[in-house]
Amino acid sequence: MEALAPSRPRGRRWTNVFERPAVLASVLISPAVIFVTALVGGPLALAIWLSFTNATTGLHGKWVGLENFRHEWGNPAFQHAVWHTFLFTVISQAIVLVGAGLIAHAMMKNIRGKWILRFLILLPWAAPVALSLMAWKWMFDTSYSILNWTLVHAHIYKPLEVPQYLAQPKLAMGSVIAVHTWRILPFAVVIFLAGLASIPKEVDDAAAIDGATGFRKFWSVTLPLQLPIATVALLFGIVFTATDMAVVYILTQGGPPPSFSTEMVTTWAYKTGIESGSIGPGAAISLFLLPVLAVVSIAMLLFARRTEVS
Amino acid sequence: MGQGLREKGLAYLIIGPFAIVLAFPFYVMVITAFKNQSEFYDPSVTPYWFGKDSPTLANASFLFHHTQYPTWLANTAIVGVCVVAITLVLALPAGYALARLAGRVGQSLGVGIFLTYLIPPTLLFIPFFAVIKQAHLTDSIWSLVLVYPSFTVPFSTWLLMGFFKTIPQELEDAARVDGASRIRTLTRVVFPISIPGILTVVIFSFSLVVNEFVYAFTFISPSDHKMVSTGVYTDLIRGDLPEWGAIMVAALIPSIPLALLYNTFLDRFIAGFTGGAFR
Repeated sequence: MEALAPSRPRGRRWTNVFERPAVLASVLISPAVIFVTALVGGPLALAIWLSFTNATTGLHGKWVGLENFRHEWGNPAFQHAVWHTFLFTVISQAIVLVGAGLIAHAMMKNIRGKWILRFLILLPWAAPVALSLMAWKWMFDTSYSILNWTLVHAHIYKPLEVPQYLAQPKLAMGSVIAVHTWRILPFAVVIFLAGLASIPKEVDDAAAIDGATGFRKFWSVTLPLQLPIATVALLFGIVFTATDMAVVYILTQGGPPPSFSTEMVTTWAYKTGIESGSIGPGAAISLFLLPVLAVVSIAMLLFARRTEVS
Repeated sequence: MGQGLREKGLAYLIIGPFAIVLAFPFYVMVITAFKNQSEFYDPSVTPYWFGKDSPTLANASFLFHHTQYPTWLANTAIVGVCVVAITLVLALPAGYALARLAGRVGQSLGVGIFLTYLIPPTLLFIPFFAVIKQAHLTDSIWSLVLVYPSFTVPFSTWLLMGFFKTIPQELEDAARVDGASRIRTLTRVVFPISIPGILTVVIFSFSLVVNEFVYAFTFISPSDHKMVSTGVYTDLIRGDLPEWGAIMVAALIPSIPLALLYNTFLDRFIAGFTGGAFR
């Protein structure tokens, strides 16, 4: 009698297992989760391990405890890099937030030629950054570029006294910030557009009926509604800026020497870890970015929970 | 009516100047790309337009005949196609399951996967470099095929999760009432109507690959194994007198099609991006 119990064909039973949502879900999700854990979690753990060693080019090194962190903490080059990264992030994101808010708001209006305007505005974000930076390299060229040609022809500068955008310490920092702002601004516009699209039209109408116009409407209706969007754009912006290496490295390589006024945490980690072949210390330097990421991640999680509740 | 016109005027007044500033470097790119090289260094020729010896295709011709540019394009294409394929195989099932089957756990797991997207290459390139070296994959484009999915998979899983949430549950229920299994419903009903969303993921993942700089720059040094994003910078600009014309052609060729695709699929991207968060 008992032998007859599993009477259904084997194949059927196999497919039946996949009819259970929990089973199917774990089968479909696990490859991605395992892959991401291995390729992001693995290197992250490895970075932490390496930062406690004196490894040079490979994986083998002696355990040195907190020595790498202690050394960098007291290293003026590292301290400057942290300060530059802070300035780079705060100044560029302040400009990006205001600019993106203005642009996105204007783009919500029903105007002609919107497609081409949006295309032009998105160009800096859509084009590969290492390639679009080539145009900036050329524009910053000291003697023949379009910027200095214009300044000379407008009689603002004499031909031999033109600014050297990437070679004067303060100007180099300004240039790097300007270019990065130019690159991130379109991305923030996209986030703002996504957020604005989710605000119901009725809110605007209700405000109009209540007689709220101009500044009052902006202050008590529009601004509070945009605050969550601005927060998301800012959080992304902070991550993309504090951890960026392409813009700074391609434009100045952290220079100009001897002041290295645009050296960032990322370029310093690259120079230490890869160029000078000190993997251990290099890993330690890049790990100083981790607190920034942790704060941003927690903020995002809190934000996700809040939108879920409301 | 007057109110509306004034508002539109104001909108143009805000967008116009921003559009000009943001697109200006690309204008310089186009002019330089087709300008005769002798006119770059001649102050009597305006940099805003062509001189009498322009426009010319000489820069483009130099780029394709005397540099490794075609090889870099091919390398980028190979890496892009492989990475997109790996990404779809992993992210497509995961995105669907997170959206439909896993419930509250799925929501948290989705957010978790998304957060890994925030961990940047600049934090991981040093350990990756050590591993790649140990595995003797240095200087090979396969090192990039291995590493790039670490950011395309989280990004794409999140987007696809958003897309799948926008598909009406009733469509699936109808198929299942007709006796189709869950897997059959998935391959015959859900995936076909998700083609626009999948295409969006393909385009944005591919664009992430073309954009990437840090890994490509760190892992690969021989010229003929480079990607477009690193080859143009390292091989064409570091010479004594950079070939600005050829460099601008090299920059324009991937930029313009990518930007057009980006703009075309942007609305879908926004739908997927926010679909995961605001539902």
